[in-house]
Amino acid sequence: MALKTEPVLINFGPQHPSTHGVFRMRVTFDGEVIVDMEPIFGYLHRGIEKLAESRTYTQNIPYTDRLDYLASMTNNMAYVLAVEKLSGIEVPERAEYLRVIMAELMRIASHLMAVGFLLNDMGAFFTPLMYMFREREKILDLFEMVCGQRLTYNYMRFGGVSHDIPDEFLPALKRFIDEMPGFIDEYDQLLAENEILLARTKGVGILPPELAINASTSGPVLRASGVKWDIRKADPYSVYDRFEFEIPTGKMGDIYDRYWVRIQEMRQSTRIVKQAIAQLPQGEVRTKVPATLRPPKGEAYGRIETPKGELGFYLVSDGSPNPYRFKIRAPSLLNLTVLRDLVIGWKLADAMVIFGSIDICLGEVDR
Amino acid sequence: MTKPLCGEDVARQIGEHLPDVVTEFDESAVFVPSKALFEVARFLKESLEFDYLTSISAVDYFEHFELVYHLTSIKYNHSVVIKTRCDKGEKGEKSVKLPSVVSLWRGADFQEREIYDLMGIAFEGHPNLKRLFLWEGFQGHPLRKDFRTFRTGLSSHLDKK
Repeated sequence: MALKTEPVLINFGPQHPSTHGVFRMRVTFDGEVIVDMEPIFGYLHRGIEKLAESRTYTQNIPYTDRLDYLASMTNNMAYVLAVEKLSGIEVPERAEYLRVIMAELMRIASHLMAVGFLLNDMGAFFTPLMYMFREREKILDLFEMVCGQRLTYNYMRFGGVSHDIPDEFLPALKRFIDEMPGFIDEYDQLLAENEILLARTKGVGILPPELAINASTSGPVLRASGVKWDIRKADPYSVYDRFEFEIPTGKMGDIYDRYWVRIQEMRQSTRIVKQAIAQLPQGEVRTKVPATLRPPKGEAYGRIETPKGELGFYLVSDGSPNPYRFKIRAPSLLNLTVLRDLVIGWKLADAMVIFGSIDICLGEVDR
Repeated sequence: MTKPLCGEDVARQIGEHLPDVVTEFDESAVFVPSKALFEVARFLKESLEFDYLTSISAVDYFEHFELVYHLTSIKYNHSVVIKTRCDKGEKGEKSVKLPSVVSLWRGADFQEREIYDLMGIAFEGHPNLKRLFLWEGFQGHPLRKDFRTFRTGLSSHLDKK
């Protein structure tokens, strides 16, 4: 008698520790091998784009915190840059430097989480993650000093930042920046040549550069495939053109490269912060902006390089205090376009690691 | 710096290669008729090498929708904005249609599904045009300006007749 086999459909998530939130996949297996995958979104959809249309420009800053809640500072920054572009607001130099410092610290914190959770997905249960949390905690302490918050900062304002830094901030920041390269070396020793990590990541989930560009991926996912595209260099905003740093790129586009690019970017971020501290000028941190901002009629697209990729805000103003259209170009959502291509042909355990290596935040995917 | 291309230059190049397409332009954007959208998009991708689709946004202007395509060329590091309008028509959501660009840029996949979900614009030629965030059977498209909202929050049940 001939054996009859048929594909098995497994529902995965939305409540599952490896989905980093509430992400759902319908995965079709042939035996153990994935033959099809369909992502299902919307479990964290809060309608931020609609909500924003009935609130003033300033009231929308805290909403941007809730997009990618692991990198709130950079979300703030992308939004205020878009509004400043729309209404032509100048930013004092000290505020620009403070923004850069905060954004780069945020990048380090977000990449730490990405790498930690990636190893978690591989089965290195919580030990590496706790090492990563050790350093992230210090960054959160620094943020708490400047704005009183540890997760949703609401720190940036149109024309600057909400507060100047307190006196104890710079010494603490310097201490952290001096220590950080040592910590990164420690991760490298622990992880970079670990046999299990190499076996699980080398050559798995390869993303070819043509597909990476065609599918609008951005951030470390795009750069790991060997495409040298970083908005901080390609289209410098704020004062990024005054710092020396490199763009690390991968060669293969596999999980290991995505991991490696993030580790290297943390090194580059510490370099940028170091230069920013040295150049930090004195002066105002905020220009006078009307309490109820009414940008002139028109539109603007502001974009920055967040830890996850290119975050853009497309704002349309009709001259009223509320944005007419508030569109968010979310890097996490667009990076997921390639997920189906990456997981087909691999097993479920690999699919989890591939998914973890893309590093998404559901707050930004569903909005 | 990414150089934003002048609308006039791009419109001229489109006019040279696609003589049938009538375009308008302003300083930063090129306006393309919705029927010719796919042809223009293919020309931009294949001849002008705009290989990266940054974002697609839909804006509801009551009497018509405006679709805004932000394109970037990673090779030359320049960008262009393409806009197209589509009338709402009288029959409601079913009549709003636009050609899909998924076959040119895969990155349009989720973005077009999102616009279909929240704005109710159907993209012809999309391989898997389903709602992205809201569930099947949700009444209406929330990002439209005429979508009814209530002080207590959005409720799809109240929309049912």
